[in-house]
Amino acid sequence: MNRGRANFLLFWGSLFGCYLLQLMPLPEALLALKPYWLALALIYWTLEAPERVSLGLAFVLGLLGDLFAGELLGEQALRLCILCFILLRFRSRLRFFPMWQQALAVFALLVNDRIVLLMVRAVAGEAAPSAGFWLAPLAGALAWPWLFLLFDDLRARLRVNES
Amino acid sequence: MALTRTDSGPLFTADAANTLRLIGYLAIAIVLMVVDHRGAYLSRMRYALNTVVEPMYRLAALPAQFAREARLALADRERLTEANNKLSQDLLLAQARLNRLNEVREQNQRLQELLAVQRSLDLGVQLAHIIDIDTDPDRHRLVIDAGANQGVQIGQAVLDAHGIMGQIVEALPNMATIMLITDAAHALPVTVERTGMRAIARGYALDALSLPNIPISADLKVGDRLITSGLGGHFPTGFPVGVVRSISNDASGMFAAAIVTPSAALDRSGEVLILQQLVDPVGPPAPLADNGPPAAPSAEPPAKKKP
Repeated sequence: MNRGRANFLLFWGSLFGCYLLQLMPLPEALLALKPYWLALALIYWTLEAPERVSLGLAFVLGLLGDLFAGELLGEQALRLCILCFILLRFRSRLRFFPMWQQALAVFALLVNDRIVLLMVRAVAGEAAPSAGFWLAPLAGALAWPWLFLLFDDLRARLRVNES
Repeated sequence: MALTRTDSGPLFTADAANTLRLIGYLAIAIVLMVVDHRGAYLSRMRYALNTVVEPMYRLAALPAQFAREARLALADRERLTEANNKLSQDLLLAQARLNRLNEVREQNQRLQELLAVQRSLDLGVQLAHIIDIDTDPDRHRLVIDAGANQGVQIGQAVLDAHGIMGQIVEALPNMATIMLITDAAHALPVTVERTGMRAIARGYALDALSLPNIPISADLKVGDRLITSGLGGHFPTGFPVGVVRSISNDASGMFAAAIVTPSAALDRSGEVLILQQLVDPVGPPAPLADNGPPAAPSAEPPAKKKP
C-alpha cells in the first residue's frame, strides 16, 4: 500500500469513525458532554492537510451528518462550513500554537458553532436548550489534544512504514 | 512565515474567493433548511437512503450491545438467581391480577354488548427492541428496530411495562424513531387520576415532564398519579404517565406548574411496545362516497352482530 492510499484511508476512516462516535450512546450522566466529533476531525484535517479539505467537503460532510442525525437538512452543513471557513482563514497561525492554546482555539470554535446552532434553532422556533448545551464545547476542547496526538501518531506511523 | 505549498496564488484573491464560496454554501444551506423545515424532505430522503442510514445505526449500536451482552455474560450467578426469583414473583402477582381482570373484562364485554358499543379495548401491540444509539443529546429520541416494513406508522404510541414512553415520529423501512414524552417538543394530554383534572404534560428534562399553567386553586398534590386522557386521539386512555414530584408557582405567579416523574423507564435499554392504532381518529366521520338517493331501509344497523 503506498502512502497516498494509506493517508486517503486514514482521512476517510477517521471521518467515518467520527460519524459512528457521533451516533454512539453515552451514559445519561455524560450525555451533555458528547463532543462534536465530526467538527474535531474536520479541524484536525484542515490544520494538517488543507489540500484535502475545502468548504465544499465541509458542506457535504455536514449534509451526511444531517442525514444520520435526521433533524434538519442543512443544519450541520451550515455549521461545518462556517467552522471550516474560520479555520482556513486562521490556519497558518493555529498550526504553530502550543497544544493548550490550540485547545483554547478549538474551544472558541466549538462555542461559536454552538452559537450558530442556537441561532438556527431559535429561527426554527425551538425552545431554548438547557445549560448542558454549553458543556459540549468544553468536552470537545478537552478531547482535542488526545485526538490530535492520536492522529499525529497514526500519520507518523504511516510515514515510517513508507520509508 | 513561509507560505505552505498549498497557498498557491496571491493571498488576498484566495481569501476573497473563499469568502464568496462561503456565502454561496451558507445560502444553499439556509435554503435547504427552510425547505426542509416546511416540507420535511429529510425524512423522505432518509427513507430513500435507508441502505446507508440503517447499517450505520446498527454499526454504531454494536459496542453498546456488546457491552450489555458482556455484562449479562459476566453477571454473577447470585444476582441472576435473585433477579429470577423476583421476576417470577412479579409474574405470579401479575398473573393473579390478570385473572381477576379477565373476569372484569368479560363483564365489561357483556355490558358493552348490551350497550352495543363497537369499540373494544383489545390492545394490539408489537414488540420492538431499542437500538442503542443517540442521534442528538439535546433531543430525547430513541431508535427501534421495527419500521414501515413491520407495519410501524408515524403517530403510533409507544409504551413499556410501566407507562407511556412516547410516539413514533419517523418510520424508516426497518427502523423507526420515537420521540420520548420528555422531549421538549412533546406534549401529552393527561388526567389526574385522583381528581379527573385535565392538563397537558410537556417534556422538560431527561427524567421529568412539566405541567405548566395549572390554576393555583386546582386540587393537585405531590404524589398524584397522572394517566393519559385520550383527548386528541393519539394516545389511548388510561395509561400511566407519571407521578407529580413537585408543585411550585410559575414565574408570573398567576399559575402553578408541576414537575412530573415519568412512570415509564425511559433509559435506553430493553424492549418497547408499539401500540397499533386503536383510537378512532378524532373529528367528523369521512363523507360518504355515494351521493345517490337515500339507501333503502333494509340496511341493518352495523352495530348488530350476526350469530
